[in-house]
Amino acid sequence: MQFGVFTVGDVTVDPTTGREPTEHERIKAMVAIALKAEEVGLDVFATGEHHNRPFVPSSPTTMLGHIAARTERLLLSTSTTLITTNDPVKIAEDYAMLQHLADGRVDLMMGRGNTGPVYPWFGQDIRNGIRLAVENYELLHRLWREDVVDWQGKFRTPLQSFTSTPRPLEGVPPFVWHGSIRSPEIAEQAAYYGDGFFANHIFWPKEHTQRMVGLYRQRFAHYGHGSPEQAIVGLGGQVFMRRNSQDAVREFRPYFDNAPVYGHGPSLEEFTRETPLTVGSPQQVIDRTLGFREYVGDYQRQLFLLDHAGLPLKTVLEQLDLLGEEVVPVLRKEFDALRPAHVPVAPTHASLVAARDAADRAATGAADAGDLAGAGAEGRR
Amino acid sequence: MTRRTLAVVSAGLSQPSSTRLLADQLAAAARDELVRRGDEVELRVVELRDHAHDVVNNLLTGFPSTELRAALDAVTGADGVVAVTPIFNASYNGLFKSFFDVVDAQALVDRPVLIGATGGTARHSLALEHAVRPMFGYLRAVVLPTSVFAAPEDWSGGTAEGALRARIQRAGRELADQVDRRPPAAGPADPFALTTDFAQLLGGRED
Repeated sequence: MQFGVFTVGDVTVDPTTGREPTEHERIKAMVAIALKAEEVGLDVFATGEHHNRPFVPSSPTTMLGHIAARTERLLLSTSTTLITTNDPVKIAEDYAMLQHLADGRVDLMMGRGNTGPVYPWFGQDIRNGIRLAVENYELLHRLWREDVVDWQGKFRTPLQSFTSTPRPLEGVPPFVWHGSIRSPEIAEQAAYYGDGFFANHIFWPKEHTQRMVGLYRQRFAHYGHGSPEQAIVGLGGQVFMRRNSQDAVREFRPYFDNAPVYGHGPSLEEFTRETPLTVGSPQQVIDRTLGFREYVGDYQRQLFLLDHAGLPLKTVLEQLDLLGEEVVPVLRKEFDALRPAHVPVAPTHASLVAARDAADRAATGAADAGDLAGAGAEGRR
Repeated sequence: MTRRTLAVVSAGLSQPSSTRLLADQLAAAARDELVRRGDEVELRVVELRDHAHDVVNNLLTGFPSTELRAALDAVTGADGVVAVTPIFNASYNGLFKSFFDVVDAQALVDRPVLIGATGGTARHSLALEHAVRPMFGYLRAVVLPTSVFAAPEDWSGGTAEGALRARIQRAGRELADQVDRRPPAAGPADPFALTTDFAQLLGGRED
């Protein structure tokens, strides 16, 4: 199982000091968080993409390329890449370039973006959100798999004899997750392609996640990619920890009460009860997180949101220490012990290359001998 | 015998409240009429006052608490709705509007709704027609022709045979008529149900 952090990249006043970080400070803090994530033994760093204040990460591949150069092992991802307002041609090229520079340590998560005014800044209309996500991703999927593409759709100019460059590393595109809070169409899309499905699983009741993942698993099997429990599922999560749980509650409360999105609404206690937010000791985070699999099944990736609502970098880095030292080692062991053998782990570039090679060998063998067909095709996605 | 449920929404703020009193009388009139026709009727009362904080939280966070979810489901899953608000500043009160603002916009389509209101003076009575009725019209609910406004003088003048009583009876019969014409409600709609498949999505034929 993979563990990591995902960041929205909000610039928010620290309510305990009244100080707002500069954009420069926030961008550097995101990089520091990514480097720390690798240092403490996490697997994944994912950044959001936004083109409106108060958010800074408008150019994810620039940031991830920089982080790639400063890390060895960390998998770089997005949360999310805007498949609606970005040109799929540019996504294909940018992320293939990143994939080469990072030696394959790249995957990405598609999302739509929910802020109406942003769409027309990029020539689009939020009312076409689902249609854009479907058409643009279909094109992206082809651009990474076909050397020469002729294409015509509704939302961008047609392509004639176009080759997206560079080609994906070793001919294997980055793995793709599709993220959605409550649009069943996106679970259907992920299932259709046999891609991963990521349930945001923060700020919303667990029932959303349960229903969306259940639908995705069922449709994943429907489209012939494997059994429902073999579908590739990722979850978000939101935690704040101190060794003593009362200290965690006391320290986090002013950030909670003034946070964007849910601040000035429900109490910390209500929100903790109604959503996956956990504020307490590392053991409480372990217990709550292990409970996620009871309503989504065995899953492949867990990302935590640690750095929003104006929390200072120092505090976030302390959270990463606790996560890396006390929480993730236990979760890794427990989840791995619970996962049945036929449930796959999250795909990586190496596993996708191996699956592709095995499938190719099987195809060649089948052509040569006729009796080895299908031996290596299983698990390819 | 058909099983029917009526949701009774009261946005009264005081306790006891004349808004709740009117809502109960309207619901009882509809229930009695349905029972007379052979139905079994369950009333589900939703006192919005009990959910006031949760309604605001839902506006802010985008999702209802467990308790508010139950109240919303009671309303959207009912065969008919009695909705009564006090009139503030010539319109429904903010709590009434906020509650219906967090009801899914499709959830009350073709649902019979009996509207009522209370106020400090009879001069508020047309707020039912220019504020409450259009709101349910937007939601494409079936708002009954008779709406019932109760002013202080309605409560004070002989309750048994007064004009208010007659209007309540008539409104109750209209609600029973509309409920009677429809098959029993299927319960709240499932927002996570997949209504399309990928071939349709790729063909640009979602919705």
